Amino acid sequence: MSLRIVVPVKRVIDAAVKPRIKNGAIDMTGVKTSINPFCDIALEEAVRLREGSKGLVANIHAVSVGPEKAQDVLRQALAKGADNSTLINTGKEELEPLAIAKLLKSVVDKDGANLVLLGKQAIDDDSNQTGQILAGLLKWPQATNASKIVIEGDKVTVTREIDGGEETIAAKLPLVITADLRLNEPRYATLPNIMKAKKKPLTKIALKDAGVDTKPRLQTVSVEYPPTREAGSILGSTQELVEKLKAASLV
Amino acid sequence: MIFATSRSAFARASAIRASAFAPRFASTLTIIEHADGAILPSTFKTLTAASQIGGPVTALVAGSTAPAVATEVAKIPGIEKVLVASNGAYDKGLAENFSDLIASTVKDGGFSHVLVSSSAFGKNVLPRVGATLDVQPISDIIKVAGEDTFVRPIYAGNVIATIKSTDPVKLVTVRSSAFEAAPAPSSGSAAVENVANDPNTPSPTEWISEAIAKSERPDLGSASKVVSGGRGLANKENFDKVIFPFADAIGAAVGASRAAVDSGFADNSLQVGQTGKVVAPELYIAVGISGAIQHLAGMKDSKTIVAINKDPEAPIFQVADYGLVEDLFKAVPDLTEQLKK
Repeated sequence: MSLRIVVPVKRVIDAAVKPRIKNGAIDMTGVKTSINPFCDIALEEAVRLREGSKGLVANIHAVSVGPEKAQDVLRQALAKGADNSTLINTGKEELEPLAIAKLLKSVVDKDGANLVLLGKQAIDDDSNQTGQILAGLLKWPQATNASKIVIEGDKVTVTREIDGGEETIAAKLPLVITADLRLNEPRYATLPNIMKAKKKPLTKIALKDAGVDTKPRLQTVSVEYPPTREAGSILGSTQELVEKLKAASLV
Repeated sequence: MIFATSRSAFARASAIRASAFAPRFASTLTIIEHADGAILPSTFKTLTAASQIGGPVTALVAGSTAPAVATEVAKIPGIEKVLVASNGAYDKGLAENFSDLIASTVKDGGFSHVLVSSSAFGKNVLPRVGATLDVQPISDIIKVAGEDTFVRPIYAGNVIATIKSTDPVKLVTVRSSAFEAAPAPSSGSAAVENVANDPNTPSPTEWISEAIAKSERPDLGSASKVVSGGRGLANKENFDKVIFPFADAIGAAVGASRAAVDSGFADNSLQVGQTGKVVAPELYIAVGISGAIQHLAGMKDSKTIVAINKDPEAPIFQVADYGLVEDLFKAVPDLTEQLKK
C-alpha cells in the first residue's frame, strides 16, 4: 500500500528564545521563529519512509495553519523533502487544537491521505492535543509519542514513549502518529534543495474559505511571568553544602 | 403598549438566555489510573484538583481488576460515587476504546468536568474525548481558579496562562507536581456502581509489548528527592558510577537532562523537562546540567535546588538555592562519602 502522508507543521518562537509579554499577550515582534522541533521530526520521518523503501510513499503534503509568515516553515518543509504544501492562513488569529484538527481533517479528507505524522506537541502552547483530536475526528487509530515506526504492508508497528519506559502497539492504516524527540534527528535543508523548494507548490487558503467552524472555546484571561526564584548562594565546599542540607533537614 | 410588549419580550428572552447559560452545578468525573491493583500516586493529586472544583466527585475505574480497585477508591474521603467498567479491554489504556468509555460516561452522567492526570495515559486519551464531545480540552493545569477557569504553564513554563473555558464540559489534564495528594483510602464510603453503559468499542490498535525500566529507587514522578545528571557526565559509565551511588546515599530518585538521554547516558523515562517528566521534589540536585529552558521547565518548582557545575556561567545557577562551582567528578563522590549513613 502506498502512503499518502500529511505532515502538519507549526511556526513557533524558537526553542532557545524566552518569550516576552507585552500588553497582556506574547510579544511576537522581532522574535526569532522556527519550525516546531517536533514537527521537524515528524517531517523527517516522512522523508525517511520515502528514502527507506522505494515506491512506499506516494506523496508528502506539508500543511501549516497559521499566519501568512508560516509559509517560511512550509518552504523549509519543501526543502527537506515535502512534495507540496498548503497554508491555511489564519491572519492574526491564534487557533486552538480542536479548530486546527478540524482544518487538518478537511485536508486529510481531500487528499485521501492514509497517514498523518505530527509532532507530539508545540513548544509554545504545550497542549499535546492536536494529533489525538485529529485521530478522534477521523475515527482513525492513533499512536502518540512515537520513538520508532515500522511499516509492513498496511500494518504499522509503533514504539511509544510512556511513563517509566516504552510500549509497542500495532495498527492498520490509516493512522495518526505523533513524533517524540527520539524518533530521529532531523536533517538540515541544503542550499540546492532550498532553491528547488521555491518551485514546489504552496497553496494558500484563507481561513474563511476553509469551511470549518473555528470559533474559540477558551478565553485567555491573563498571561504572566511565573514567580521568579530568590537568588541563591554559591558555596565554597562540599562540606558547606552538606551542612546546609542537613540544617534544612533535606538529607 | 408597543414598548411594554417589547419589554416583556425582552424580559422573556433574557430569562431564557439566563437559564440556557446558567452554570449548572459542577459534577466532576475523575479517571482513576491504576497498575497491578494499586491506585497510582498521580491519581491522588488529580483527585485533589477535582475536589477544588466544588461539585461532587465521581471516580471511573476501568480494567479487569476494576472491581477490586474500586473497593479501595470508594474508601478515599471526598469521593461520592465510583463507576466501574470491569472489562479487560481497558487494561492497556488504549486511547481508542478508553476515550469512547469516557465520552459515553460523560453523556450518561451529565458530568460538567472530566479530570485525568497529565500522564502519558491522560495526554493520550483525553484529547480524543474532545473530538467525540466537540470540546476543546485543557492540558496540564497547575491551579483550579474557578469552576471554568484554570491556570496552566505555556512556553516551557516561561509564561503562566489563566484560561476560561466556554465549553459545556471541561476536559482537563492535571499536572501532578502542582497539587497535594488527596487522602489515602480510609473512612470514605462511596457508592460503587457499574457504568450505565460500556460501549466496549473494539480497539483498532493492538497492544504488543512494553518495556518498563525496573528500579529499586523511588519513582521519579513522586520522589521527594531527585538527583539528575546531564551532559557533564560525559558517558554512561560515569553516569552510573557517579549519579546512582549519590542518589542511593540520600534515597533519591534519578533523573537526567535531555542531553544525557539523547547521548545514551540514561534511559528515556528518566528525562526531566518540557518534553519529559515535570517534577517538584523537596530537593533537586542538578549535576553537570547547564539548565536549558527546556530542562528548567521540568524542575524549577522544586523546593530546594542544588547545582553542581564547573561552569560558573551555567544558567542553572540562576535558579539554584545552593551552587557549587566544582568538577563534578571530584565533588559528587566527595558528597556521596559524606552523606552515606
